[in-house]
Amino acid sequence: MPEYKRPKSLMPMATGYCPGCMHALATRLVADVIDELNQKDNAINVVSVGCSALNLYSWAGDVIGSAHGRAPAVATGIKRSMPDRLVFTYQGDGDLAAIGLAEIMSAANRGENFTVVFANNQTYGMTGGQMAPTTLIGQRTTTTRFGRDAATTGYPLQMCELISVLKAPVFVARYALNSPKGVMDAKKGIKKAFQMQLEGKGFTFVELLTNCPTNWGMSPLDTLEYMNTNTIPYFKPGIYKDEEADA
Amino acid sequence: MITINSLMCKGCGYCIKFCPKHILEMGKERSEKGHFYPVQIDESACNGCAICALMCPEAAIEVAAKKA
Repeated sequence: MPEYKRPKSLMPMATGYCPGCMHALATRLVADVIDELNQKDNAINVVSVGCSALNLYSWAGDVIGSAHGRAPAVATGIKRSMPDRLVFTYQGDGDLAAIGLAEIMSAANRGENFTVVFANNQTYGMTGGQMAPTTLIGQRTTTTRFGRDAATTGYPLQMCELISVLKAPVFVARYALNSPKGVMDAKKGIKKAFQMQLEGKGFTFVELLTNCPTNWGMSPLDTLEYMNTNTIPYFKPGIYKDEEADA
Repeated sequence: MITINSLMCKGCGYCIKFCPKHILEMGKERSEKGHFYPVQIDESACNGCAICALMCPEAAIEVAAKKA
């Protein structure tokens, strides 16, 4: 029979996220995996700016805040100076895919031995729901009031596809958190990425498709259906690169 | 078998939607923080699958092993 206890890696209080926000779910999944691997005192959580930075208040282990988008650069320094620690960054899509695009691509290209957990909710949640690089075509945000138009703003950036063509990363995968199966798969993927890091294999990248009920302007339950019909057909879940499976 | 911490719960309703036995429903009372929170309506039907806890963003649900 399955049992579930609240992970010790989370503070004993509610998170700062809105009701139904899957950032909280993604954080909880990471905490579950850290507890299962018994790494609570060994892990270092690197966050930068955005809703992902609310981890600063809810994470019970070591956590460090960095400048906007620069979490991979800070994690590089931490991992190189303390190679025995489990280092991961927790970033949102505006942070990782827009402002921190240079840092993430460089860190992935160098094959730094840390893990990136990327929560993709297709909007800038903290600042009021502006268009992010990952915003879907036709999706309405506060800066694309009639829907994102590819003619002027381009197409949503697919980070898993971009990073998986690089030579150095060893594990690149994307999961959707809007169903129990997706959450279970995501947990397995995060666990595998952390284990590969602990074995010293190299750069691992896990993208989690999340929602933003507040800025999408829907109830939490409606976002689950929206993700099924809009997000998942464009951002296809799956394992994009796995060096262990290829070998 | 399951315990719902009303201080952590924000009333998103994911646990109610995904419970395979449909034995959770939104309660009529508000928590201290002002959110409605789910209640279990039939404890004997719970099979301890822990899907409610799996989907809970706030880790507000804890599941204990079923007594034999």
